[in-house]
Amino acid sequence: MEVETPLLSRFGNPDPMIRGLALDLDGNRRFLRTSPEFPMKRLLAAGCGPVYEMGRVFRGEECGGRHNVEFTMLEWYRPGLDHHGLMDEVEEFLTGLFESEGRTLTANRMTFRDLLGGIGVDPLEASDSALADHARSASGIDGELSRGESLDLLLDRAAADLPDEVLNLVFDFPVNQAALARRSEEDPRLAHRFEAFVGPMELANGYDELCDAEELEQRLDDENHRREAAGLPLVPVDQDLLAATSAGIAPCAGVALGVDRLLMTLGRYRHIQQVINFPEAIA
Amino acid sequence: MASYNTNEFRSGLKIILDGDPFSIVENEFVKPGKGQAFNRVKVRNLKTGRVIEKTFKSGDSVEAADVFEQEMQYLYADGEFWHFMVPDTFEQYAADSNAVGDAAKWMKEEDVCVMTLWNGSPLSVEPPNFTELRITETDPGVRGDTSGGGNKPATLETGAVVKVPLFVNEGEVIKVDTRSGEYVSRVKD
Repeated sequence: MEVETPLLSRFGNPDPMIRGLALDLDGNRRFLRTSPEFPMKRLLAAGCGPVYEMGRVFRGEECGGRHNVEFTMLEWYRPGLDHHGLMDEVEEFLTGLFESEGRTLTANRMTFRDLLGGIGVDPLEASDSALADHARSASGIDGELSRGESLDLLLDRAAADLPDEVLNLVFDFPVNQAALARRSEEDPRLAHRFEAFVGPMELANGYDELCDAEELEQRLDDENHRREAAGLPLVPVDQDLLAATSAGIAPCAGVALGVDRLLMTLGRYRHIQQVINFPEAIA
Repeated sequence: MASYNTNEFRSGLKIILDGDPFSIVENEFVKPGKGQAFNRVKVRNLKTGRVIEKTFKSGDSVEAADVFEQEMQYLYADGEFWHFMVPDTFEQYAADSNAVGDAAKWMKEEDVCVMTLWNGSPLSVEPPNFTELRITETDPGVRGDTSGGGNKPATLETGAVVKVPLFVNEGEVIKVDTRSGEYVSRVKD
């Protein structure tokens, strides 16, 4: 079922890596959504069944060849599927789209560990300092790096080598890159998160969704703590989402896909401005 | 000290890295794995011309380089320095062989060049894209061979050696593309 959820919310996204945009509504702060995730999960808790939404989302400071502050996201949720089941669906969706363009998209799956193994890095076993050394030499960055920052840089480096016309579904992310994915019960080092790459382009991000209300609240609070440590403004945590999760969300998997980037790969465009009529600079 | 934030990065911006002046060639904003945002840049070392890749955390600041370009007339060389003058102000600059580099073999007196200055000192010199120079030495011309097949080395008045077609003679003036070091045409006196 297609749904529409609000662009403006009383609550924001506390993820410290995302700059949410806020505006003033008669003296009250309202946040522009950075994704439709939270209200869609409230619908899931209400028992709506499988849902999708395609619409604009807003992320401040994100501007470049593959980023525009305002962009289009396609997000969908499948109750009853885990991340492997949802990867099957992402694969079917993308290979089908390429086929309709007369192109063949070869599908491949690998773990995050396999991907970084391609550049000689073990993301699960390597020490923080070994990862930082690798990241510094791979990217030409100077200074201290957290484990997360090193892994981000190494992911960027490894993804740059992924071949064109191949869909790589990369799964089993390290648990410190879990975001809102369920942790693996078999291996505490891993989270049930995946990303889809078409060629080197990062196209979609999916989770076997974290449905435990207590753990969800803990993670959102942790994000605000990291904001505080980084000197960033705190963001009010979505109390309605927490209430809905407490009431119960059936196990489900969800994925968010960048539509502008999808159009770039389908049209073989190099810059996101080629698929947006009025990019940020002239909007 | 002046500095630039990564959100001001664009090609042509001049920055200091490890004490050397660099010019940004390419700037890309990346945010791998929905994590930390970075600016991945290609930068050219303005002393050596070498291009390297660097990455910065988005939001970080980098020291600005006081580098600007100025058109100057080449006056003369004294064996150690090449002397230039700003036409409007008559201000003179002396550039050493590190700064002049390959430009030395293309410049003749009164040519207008572009000098890059760093903290007010000559950093590099760009000769005009095209220059006209007399041939001081080459094998005798082959009369009638204007087909353009084959070539021979010719030494120019500045000491530069370029390949010219067989029909070109000593004493003639030729036009050269200084970026590629290639012969373009003969110039009638």
